[in-house]
Amino acid sequence: MVKEIERAGLPIVHMCTVTPISMTVGANRIVPTIAIPHPLGNPKLTMAEEKVLRRGLVEKALKALETEVEDQTIFE
Amino acid sequence: MIKIVHYINQFYAGIGGEEMAHVGPCKMDVIPPVSKAFTAAWKGEAEVVATIYCGDSYFAEQTDKALAEICELIKSVGGEMLICGPAFNAGRYGFACGNVAAAVKAQMGIPTLTGMYEENPGTDYKNKTIIVPTANSAAGMRKAVAAMAPLALKLAKGEELGPYYEEGYMYTGIRKNMFEEEIGAKRAVKMMLKKLAGEPFITEFPMPSFDRVAPNPAVKDISKATVALCTSGGIVPKGNPDHIESSSASHYGKYDIEGVMDLTEETYETAHGGYDPVYANQDADRVLPVDIMRDLEKEGKIGKLHRYFYTTVGNGTAVASAKKFAAEYSKELVADGVDAVIMTST
Repeated sequence: MVKEIERAGLPIVHMCTVTPISMTVGANRIVPTIAIPHPLGNPKLTMAEEKVLRRGLVEKALKALETEVEDQTIFE
Repeated sequence: MIKIVHYINQFYAGIGGEEMAHVGPCKMDVIPPVSKAFTAAWKGEAEVVATIYCGDSYFAEQTDKALAEICELIKSVGGEMLICGPAFNAGRYGFACGNVAAAVKAQMGIPTLTGMYEENPGTDYKNKTIIVPTANSAAGMRKAVAAMAPLALKLAKGEELGPYYEEGYMYTGIRKNMFEEEIGAKRAVKMMLKKLAGEPFITEFPMPSFDRVAPNPAVKDISKATVALCTSGGIVPKGNPDHIESSSASHYGKYDIEGVMDLTEETYETAHGGYDPVYANQDADRVLPVDIMRDLEKEGKIGKLHRYFYTTVGNGTAVASAKKFAAEYSKELVADGVDAVIMTST
């Protein structure tokens, strides 16, 4: 899906935990996330802490969208 | 009798489903049925002497650590060969099988073999281990064992495998010198005549198929941009109104989130059957970060969160289906003036 959206002309960032699979499917901007069942959260934290964590990840994704890349790039 | 080690996941080990996908590698006390099926197929020539399992999420989330632990376990039990799976179309399991088989072959120098469906992301390792194509679900177990067992036995005995199209494993990209009766020119003309006549033929040199899309230019100013959220994590309004399937999804959903500031336990859930849904059902923002996007929108950090999100279940879903879904809805995204997309996956 990432590839098709990119093909349509839209810059896209893939947020996922298993980044090698994201590389395989051909995502160009990749942001690694926390865990498979909760990529953008961590149930061990309080709701407030979780929001800080999630915000950090989303900001990283937005930064990736603002960054020119020539090849598949993982934004650690 | 040849001693063979078997790698499987928590499900085939009988430990549990998604709720146990986090468990670390372990050697089983009792040989499970899936391993016994291989032993039976080898008819006394070989047997599974030890079965090692690992939770699929544990492996996928900390691959290097899991690999090191699994290799340790395999070394401790000995064994002249390793078989993994079959993983069918289970993505994380296939990824683990491919990884473990490739690593053990490289590090321990013993032959390895695994089996999975041709669309499994684990097939990426087909040039590093032998992968036997299987059906896309465990309904194909009997056939998978029947296809994998004889090849495993050959490898375990140190026999050379014939070409992939004769032996029935996936193309490895490794070429070997061999003698042919006819010269290349004759073979090429024969092949071309078959092609012209619309008859089946086997190329001697398959071209690599790279389907890569070059990255689009970056968003100039994200604070002015309309950003859409999409997911393969199956987030849907509570009750899953469009009945998106928990695996092998046949369609996607498009949902209006105008005025939705936060995804709550009462309003949204996941339809995905391929991961433990507890956390996403408690708070779907953990998969689709609508709450954060609304905050950023309010603060002017992004122009706008797009009014609709697109969602499907990426669990054994055919690549062709996923491609079709996104090809379709990306047209809508473009027409709606969306500037950039965040796709989340579980």
